[in-house]
Amino acid sequence: MSTENDRAELIDVRPEGPKPDTTADAAATPDKHQPYEALGLKADEYAQIREILGRRPTSGELAMYSVMWSEHCSYKSSKIYLRQFGQKVSPAMTKDLMVGMGENAGVVDVGGGWAVTFKVESHNHPSYIEPFQGAATGVGGIVRDIISMGARPVAVMDQLRFGAIDAPDTQRVVDGVVQGISFYANCLGLPNIGGETYFDAVYQGNPLVNALAVGVLRHEDLHLANAKGVGNKVVLFGARTGGDGIGGASILASDTFSSGGPTKRPSVQVGDPFAEKVLIECCLELFRGELVEGIQDLGAAGISCATSELASNGDGGMFIELDDVLLRDPSLTAEEILMSESQERMMAVVSPDKLDAFLAVTAKWDVETSVLGEVTDTGRLVINWHGEEIVNVDPRTVAVDGPVYERPVAYPSWIDALQADTAATLPRPTDPEEVRAQFLQLLGSPNLADKSWVTNQYDTYVLGNTALSFPDDGGMVRVDEESGLGFAIATDANGRWCQLDPKQGARLALAEAYRNVAVTGAVPAAVTDCLNFGSPEDPEVMWQFSQAVEGLSDACLELEIPVTGGNVSFYNQTGTKPIFPTPVVGVLGVIQDVAKRVPSGWQDDGDNIYLLGTSSLELDGSAWAGTVHDHLGGRPPAVDLAGEKQLAGLLAAGADQSLIAAAHDLSDGGLAQALAEAVLRFGVGARVYLGELLERDGLDVAATLFTESTGRVVVSVPREDDVKFRGLCEGRGYPVARIGVTDASSQSLEIQDVFTVSLDELRSTHRGTLPARFGATIPQ
Amino acid sequence: MRVGVVTFPGSLDDRDAQRAVRLAGGEPVALWHGDHDLQGVEAIILPGGFSYGDYLRAGAIASLSPIMTEVVDAANAGMPVLGICNGFQMLAEARLIPGAHTRNAHQQFIRRDQVLRVENASTDWTNGFAEGQEITIPLKNADGRFIADDETIKRIEGEGQVAFRYVGVNPNGSMDDIAGVSNARGNVVGLMPHPEHATEPGFGPDMPDAMSSGVDGLTFFTSVIERALSK
Repeated sequence: MSTENDRAELIDVRPEGPKPDTTADAAATPDKHQPYEALGLKADEYAQIREILGRRPTSGELAMYSVMWSEHCSYKSSKIYLRQFGQKVSPAMTKDLMVGMGENAGVVDVGGGWAVTFKVESHNHPSYIEPFQGAATGVGGIVRDIISMGARPVAVMDQLRFGAIDAPDTQRVVDGVVQGISFYANCLGLPNIGGETYFDAVYQGNPLVNALAVGVLRHEDLHLANAKGVGNKVVLFGARTGGDGIGGASILASDTFSSGGPTKRPSVQVGDPFAEKVLIECCLELFRGELVEGIQDLGAAGISCATSELASNGDGGMFIELDDVLLRDPSLTAEEILMSESQERMMAVVSPDKLDAFLAVTAKWDVETSVLGEVTDTGRLVINWHGEEIVNVDPRTVAVDGPVYERPVAYPSWIDALQADTAATLPRPTDPEEVRAQFLQLLGSPNLADKSWVTNQYDTYVLGNTALSFPDDGGMVRVDEESGLGFAIATDANGRWCQLDPKQGARLALAEAYRNVAVTGAVPAAVTDCLNFGSPEDPEVMWQFSQAVEGLSDACLELEIPVTGGNVSFYNQTGTKPIFPTPVVGVLGVIQDVAKRVPSGWQDDGDNIYLLGTSSLELDGSAWAGTVHDHLGGRPPAVDLAGEKQLAGLLAAGADQSLIAAAHDLSDGGLAQALAEAVLRFGVGARVYLGELLERDGLDVAATLFTESTGRVVVSVPREDDVKFRGLCEGRGYPVARIGVTDASSQSLEIQDVFTVSLDELRSTHRGTLPARFGATIPQ
Repeated sequence: MRVGVVTFPGSLDDRDAQRAVRLAGGEPVALWHGDHDLQGVEAIILPGGFSYGDYLRAGAIASLSPIMTEVVDAANAGMPVLGICNGFQMLAEARLIPGAHTRNAHQQFIRRDQVLRVENASTDWTNGFAEGQEITIPLKNADGRFIADDETIKRIEGEGQVAFRYVGVNPNGSMDDIAGVSNARGNVVGLMPHPEHATEPGFGPDMPDAMSSGVDGLTFFTSVIERALSK
C-alpha cells in the first residue's frame, strides 16, 4: 500500500511541462506580480494594459503586448511625425500608388498591368551582436515582406555603415555582414543590384545594416495582410517555431547597448535561406492558384504580430489553438511560442474549400504546414493552449492602438557652434601637384574607394534581368521581357550632412537618390525610407528625427513622389553617443525600355563630356573636408528641388532619344571623383578642361574639383548627337558646359593644366583600399 | 528540339536556363525533381543554384532526387546533359563526370566575368566553338574549386575530358585551372561558370565593344540543338 502511494506521489510531483497562465487565472489572481519591466514595458504601459483588459494580463497576453508595444513594432515615438508622409500628398503622388504606407510594403503601378513593390528596413542591432546571422536574416525579413504583397522578389540591395575602417572591431563586423548578405541573398537567387558602404567612427558599436528588397507582380496578384471571411482557416507554414530570436528584433531594436549588460546573442535569429527560397516558390504557386485570402509574414514579434495584425485588418476576430504550432523544441512555453522570431514562416488565411489544394501545394514544396484556427466575428483574438484560454484580447489594442508618445524635443546645444565652423576657410591647394595628391587621397579613401571587395561577393546575374548594377548610380531590372519595361532604384543618406542639419540632410538624401535614378534614364516614381537615429529618449535626437521627417516629407511633396513605406530604427547608440542621423532614402523609378538605360561611365572614344548644373563653394561636410582635413562643420549644400526635377526631365528625355552614352551623378568627392569613376567604369580615358567652368562659376581649381554642390551630372554624348543634345539643354534651360572629350587611347585622366593620372594609377588607388584592409580574394 | 531543365528545391538559375534554350531556338521543358518523367526531352540541363541549401555537400542530396534515376540512365544512353555550377556539382556527385568540388580556395563567394579557353570543341555542348577559343562567361559560386586525384587528372587531361580552363585568373583554386569537364563520350558536360547568363545582349558580361553584350554562352545551346538537327 505504502509503495503504491509513494509511487503515486512521485508521479504527481513530476513536472508536466509549464502550467499555462489562463485568463481565468488572471481574473482570479489580480495581484500576481508580473515581470513587465524585464519585457521592456514601462509601468504606465503595464497599467494601460490592465485597464484595456479590465484585469491583469495573462503571461501570454503580457508577452504579446510587450513585443507589439515595443518601439520597433509600434512606432510609438515616431508615429506622430510619420503622419506627415500621409498628409503631404498631391493627386499626382497617389495616381500610380496601389498600396501606400501601413501595409507590408508599398505598391506602385508601373504600367502594362505590372506593379512593383519595394521597401527598406533596418537590421542594425542584431548585425552588431552576430553580424553574419543578423545581416542574413535582415535580407530574409524584407524579402518576406515583399512576398506578402503577392509579388515575386526580384532584387535586393543593402545600405551598410561601419565603424572606422581601421578600428579593431570593424573587420569582424564587415566580414560577417557582407558574408551574411552574400550567403542569404545568393542562396535565394536574388540579384544584389546596388547599395551603400560607408565607414565612420560614429558607427563603431552601432553599425547600420539596412536591407531593401523589390518585387514584381501583376495587378491582379496583389495580396494584403487581412483575415476576412468568418470560418476561413488560419494556417501557419514554413519553418518550425523554435527558441531562436525570442523577442529579437522587437526587444533588441528597442533599447541601447550598454557595455556592462548581459550578452544579447540568444535574441538573434538564425536564418535558413534554403527554407526561404522554397517558401517563395511555394507562396507564388499558392498565389497563382488563388488559394490565399490574406497573408502575412512572420517577422518581429512572430505569431503575436501576425495574428493580431491579420485580425485587426480583417473581420476583427480569430481563434487559435497554439498547441498546433509545429515546434523545433517541444519544451517551449506558450509565451515563447508567441514571441519567437524564428525565420522563414508565413501565416495565411485560407477558405475551407481551398484548404486541400493549399495543403497539396505546400506538400509539393516540402513546406511544413499546420492549421492553427479560424477567423471569427467575435472582435476578439482568442488563443488556447492545452485546452485552456490563455489569450483573449481585442486585437486592435495589441496591433493598432498601442501607446503613442510625444517625446520631449530639444534644439541641440552644440549645433550652432558646429554650423559656424565652416570648411570654406580650410586651406585649399593651389599647387597642381598638391591638387593631384589630394585627388588621389580622396579616390583611395575608404568611403570613395571601389567597393568591389563587397559587391564581388554578391550575385548580380541570377534571374537574367539585371540591366544595371554597381558601380552604376542606380540598379536597374527588367520587369517585362516582351516590352523591356523596367525599374531603377537607388538609395542615399549622408550622415555627415544630417549631423550638420538633419532637415537639409534628409532633403539632400532624397535629391541624390532621385538624381541617381534619373541618370539611369528612368523616371522617379516613389520613395521608401529607413530612418536610423539614436535614442528617442534623448530630446536632441528627437529634434533631429523631427527635422529629418519634416524635411523629407516636404521634399517628397515638392518632387511629387510619395513615400510608400519604410522603417524607423531608434536606439542606435552605445552609451550616450548617438550615431549621426542617417535617414536612408530609396527612390524607385520606371523606364519604358531597359535597352535605353544609361551607365555611369564612358564607353566610347571621342564622345563630348558635358557638366550639367553649376558649382558654388560648398565644401562643408564634404568628403574633401573630412578626408583631407578631418573636419566636420558648417552647413550642407543648398538643394534646389525644382532644378532637380528639371534635370531629371532632361536626363529622361536624353536617354529616351538615345543622346546620352553615359551619365554620372556628382556627389561625395565632387567633380574629380565623378570623372575618375566615369573613366574607371569601362577603362576609357578622358581629357578635361576646366577653363570655362572656372570663369563661369568663379571658383578656384581645387574648389571646382572637390565641391559637392547638388543638381550636377557629367554626361558623355556621341559627336553625332551633339547638336541635338545641346538643343535639349537649351530648350529646358538647364545650365550646361562642355568640359572635355573621352579618349580611349590616352589610358589616363587628364585635367588640362592641372594633372594627368594614368588609368593604372587610378585603378590601383581606387581598388586597393578595401582588399588591403580586409584581405584580397583573387588577383584583380 | 525539346530541352529539359530540371528544377530542384533551391534551384536558382532554372528559368534563366530555360530562357537560354529559347534564345538558341530550342523549346525549354520544365522538369520537376520529384517526378520520374523526362517528358520526351532530347537533352537535359541541371541548372545552377543551392539545391537543398548545399546541405551535406553541394549537389549531394539533389543527385539522389527521383528524376536523377532517369537522368543517369539517359546520360549513359548518350543523351546530352549539361550541368551548370550546382548542376556540375550534381553530375560529379552522381558520378557522371570525374572529380569533385570544394569551397573556393579564398573561402568567399565570388562573382566575376570570367575568360575561359575551350579545350575540347567536340562535345555535344561545345562543338560550335573552335578549340582554343577564348570566351567570356559569368562565374558565381562558393564551392567551385575543382579537385580530383592525380590519376584522374592525368586521365582526363590525356583523354580530352577537360572541356574548359580558366584563363588569366583562377577564381577558386581549381586544379589545373579546370573550369569544366566532360564524360569520355562527350555527351555529359559540367562547368562552374554560367553560360545561360551570356546569351542575351544587354544582360550578359561586359565586352570590349559594349557593356553587357557578351553572348558567348549561346553557343553551348546552339551546339546541342544543331548537332541534334544534323543527325
